[in-house]
Amino acid sequence: MHRAFARWFWAGMNRYLFIIILAFIAVVVTTMFLLGGDKLILLQPHGTVAASELHLISIALRLMLIVIIPVFLITALVTWRYRESNTKARYLPNWEHNNLDEFIWWLVPIAIISVLAVITWKATHTLDPYEPLPATSAPMTVEVVSLDWKWLFIYPAQGIATINYLEIPERTPIFFKLSSDAPMNAFFIPQLGSMEMTMPGMTTQLNLMADDPGTYIGMSSNFSGEGFAGMQFPVHVVSWDDFDTWVAGIKAGVKTGASTPLTFDLYEEIAKPSLNEPATFYTLADINLYTDIVNQFMAPGGSMGGMHTGTSN
Amino acid sequence: MLGNLTLEAVQQGPIVLGAQIFIILGALAVIGLITYFKRWTWLWKEWLTSLDAKKIGVMYIVVAVIMLVRGSVDAVMMRAQQALAVGDATGYLDPHHFQQIFTAHGVIMIFFVAMPLMFGFMNLIIPLQIGTRDLAFPFLNSMSFWLFVAGAALAMISLVVGEFAATGWLAYPPLSELAFSPGTGVDYYIWSIQISGIGSLLSAINFIVTILKKRCPGMTLMRMPIYPWTVLASMTLVVAAFPILTATLGLLFLDRFFGMHFFTSSFGGNMMMYVNLIWAWGHPEVYILILPVFGAFSELVPVFSQKRLFGYASMVGATTVIMILSFIVWLHHFFTMGAGGNVNAFFGIMTMIIAIPTGVKIFNWLFTMFRGRIRFTAAMYWFLGFVGTFTLGGMTGVLLSVPPADFQLHNSLFLVAHFHNMVIGGVVFGNFAALSYWFPKVFGFRLNERLGRYAFWNWFVGFLLAFVPLYILGFMGATRRLDHYPAGLGWHPLFIVAAIGVVFIGIGLVLLLAQVFVSIWKRNELRDKTGDPWNGRTLEWSVPSPAPFYNFARIPVVSGRDPFFEAKQRGRSVFPDEPYQDIELPKNTGIGLLIGAGSFVFGFALVWHIIWLVILSAIFLFGCVVARSFATDIEYVVPAEELARLEGAPVT
Repeated sequence: MHRAFARWFWAGMNRYLFIIILAFIAVVVTTMFLLGGDKLILLQPHGTVAASELHLISIALRLMLIVIIPVFLITALVTWRYRESNTKARYLPNWEHNNLDEFIWWLVPIAIISVLAVITWKATHTLDPYEPLPATSAPMTVEVVSLDWKWLFIYPAQGIATINYLEIPERTPIFFKLSSDAPMNAFFIPQLGSMEMTMPGMTTQLNLMADDPGTYIGMSSNFSGEGFAGMQFPVHVVSWDDFDTWVAGIKAGVKTGASTPLTFDLYEEIAKPSLNEPATFYTLADINLYTDIVNQFMAPGGSMGGMHTGTSN
Repeated sequence: MLGNLTLEAVQQGPIVLGAQIFIILGALAVIGLITYFKRWTWLWKEWLTSLDAKKIGVMYIVVAVIMLVRGSVDAVMMRAQQALAVGDATGYLDPHHFQQIFTAHGVIMIFFVAMPLMFGFMNLIIPLQIGTRDLAFPFLNSMSFWLFVAGAALAMISLVVGEFAATGWLAYPPLSELAFSPGTGVDYYIWSIQISGIGSLLSAINFIVTILKKRCPGMTLMRMPIYPWTVLASMTLVVAAFPILTATLGLLFLDRFFGMHFFTSSFGGNMMMYVNLIWAWGHPEVYILILPVFGAFSELVPVFSQKRLFGYASMVGATTVIMILSFIVWLHHFFTMGAGGNVNAFFGIMTMIIAIPTGVKIFNWLFTMFRGRIRFTAAMYWFLGFVGTFTLGGMTGVLLSVPPADFQLHNSLFLVAHFHNMVIGGVVFGNFAALSYWFPKVFGFRLNERLGRYAFWNWFVGFLLAFVPLYILGFMGATRRLDHYPAGLGWHPLFIVAAIGVVFIGIGLVLLLAQVFVSIWKRNELRDKTGDPWNGRTLEWSVPSPAPFYNFARIPVVSGRDPFFEAKQRGRSVFPDEPYQDIELPKNTGIGLLIGAGSFVFGFALVWHIIWLVILSAIFLFGCVVARSFATDIEYVVPAEELARLEGAPVT
């Protein structure tokens, strides 16, 4: 009775294992079909920086496969050939050292890593987010402030500002100045290129350029608290004509009937914690708004020093 | 009177209520069972107050497994939330709760699962493998263990009273500062890590001294098995890195408790300092966890390949190189914080260089199997699974070490998949292999091999199902730590696949526990009567299973690597042919446990600002240390005749 139970149990377990491995293969194949490629946005760059980074990723992966594939093959072969039941295979129980062999597997990874290191050194410098992009047109500046839990975009030259909505002209280098008036975040538009952290009282920099018009997703990629998941925004890349029309529209208050001037007082209202804010548009009343936001932590003890009221919970 | 502690601290809605009831009922059930079987005296005398490293090792692993179950429940809850919360659906957890869960998952898995598993095996095996009766400082070892338990208990109690941090597992400021995290969560985080961290530091000193000073005659450093070598490297890292962690969290505590400004946005505080400091500990930490696992593999691969370890000197060299390099790569965790090209490139290249010694280790294991006779035990399954997953993880790791690639993939689910690849494929599989390999030495019977293999296949398939989708999601732009996400990005099917993967891992965990219980039930069939069930090579297999409380009746003398195997081949013994002598062993003491309990109260009082209790428990802790310092009657003697009787041999 007990034996029979055991036999039934183990047979069931074997069948179960067989099924999960089949299911695994089925899931992998289905996933590949389902994806169809168009959702893998990192593989579809629409910006100069993103394209270079994708190129770099593919070179690095190919280099590493030079080691990885042999490791997998050797593992499979050795495991199979030197199984205990195969008594035909050579057995050298005391063989423990061979200078040449060990030299080879120190040398091969060293060679590959050396090549990758040279590539990395160059690419890290050319793709440094702080480096201006080589382009014929002059860069346009956008000042970005991450707040609890939304993004403020200030266009100083255009004299406008937006919440959770970014519109930029195509084929123009954009110089992003990044800061935060909340916990750290990271500003990230995957299809345009690099991400960069935003931190209170500091400015970090990021240079990106969009190659084609379109709407891309932008997000925060550094966890910043309760409303973090809602910190996504659309990025509209348009022609210069459309961009100018859009700016003029905001100045004329097309969407709301009248334009809303953004002062520091209004900013302090906006900066209070809120979730899933819709896109909002302002004209810029204070051209130094970004500088004031960054510098508010600098005045010791003054009204702008200490715990900034706008961000305390 | 009770500081900030009010009744509201325990009232947190239905899901938490369920967990609270579960924890309280669980604790009551354990207490009830112990009382019913009248095991309190046994528990106190044989286990809780024991200074025997082997018993402390078992206790470490038991607590680690309990915490592993807790951390796994967290993982299942996260995966369920992300499989549900797409588009307008918000899932079944509110953001704050979800954020506590992923924070707790990370903290628990690293500090209260991976660390104690490592310390557990070290306690069980290191003294036996280097041929000594005990650690250098047996009492310190007990105290370290109880400090770890106090930390784990604080992390658990946060579920019942108050909340846990909702900041991510490294609690970056300013999010973790009072302005943005006013609750008690971050305080629980700080004190659970501080208390267990001090335990880890003391343990590390203990093991370094033990390995350097207590090896048996003839065991030079270059004759030492690889496992003690890797432990030595790992513990050196602990001694160098944990003080950084303690200082950093100490400063964060000063910010939160006394309103100071080390890491705040204002008054000259700088959060970037915290990020640097925490990773100056955090990166060595991952090598602290993985090095002993490499050591365990280096022990079991030769045994199950029935062949000497290939490239011993290379292994030692690679371990040392990894140990040194692990301290100069921390910046790769924040390439996106605005350091310049030179700095980023330097740290990127240093990081990829670590792949070289790691690759050498893999090749050495493969060439240990080459021209061997491989026995496919469960331990070898875990090892082969490790080679596959760890190599894949190594590849994605090198990719992430290229700064411009990291600019696209940092903080994405690709990163999450990468480090789980290293931690599950490396640390977890390695510890399971070690469990399967060393279990008979500890308990006197082997584990059921078949259930072990089934557990392995579930873990392996579950791991691939749970984390390959995350790699793909990273390329879809999915960031980590999202409590919900928009529809239309194509993420949802992959999150569902990942959730299915977690179910398989869960089944694997259940099978692993079943393996232990079935093996206990069938222990007579699995009994290890010789003390050497695998035809082992090192000294731990030269004594009976389970190892006697004094480890060795006579201290072995060795003259090469693999001393026990050599001795067997020549038909000799590793023990010198001389009469038994009286031996001294440490007496049991409850002071370690009292220090743990006092530290728990101390941490709890600081979390809730109960000042009188802070002072009282501090005085109590000081008193315990003083009392132990002046204790003189701390050892007992096992006479030679008694030893001979226990060994079943006549006195010569």
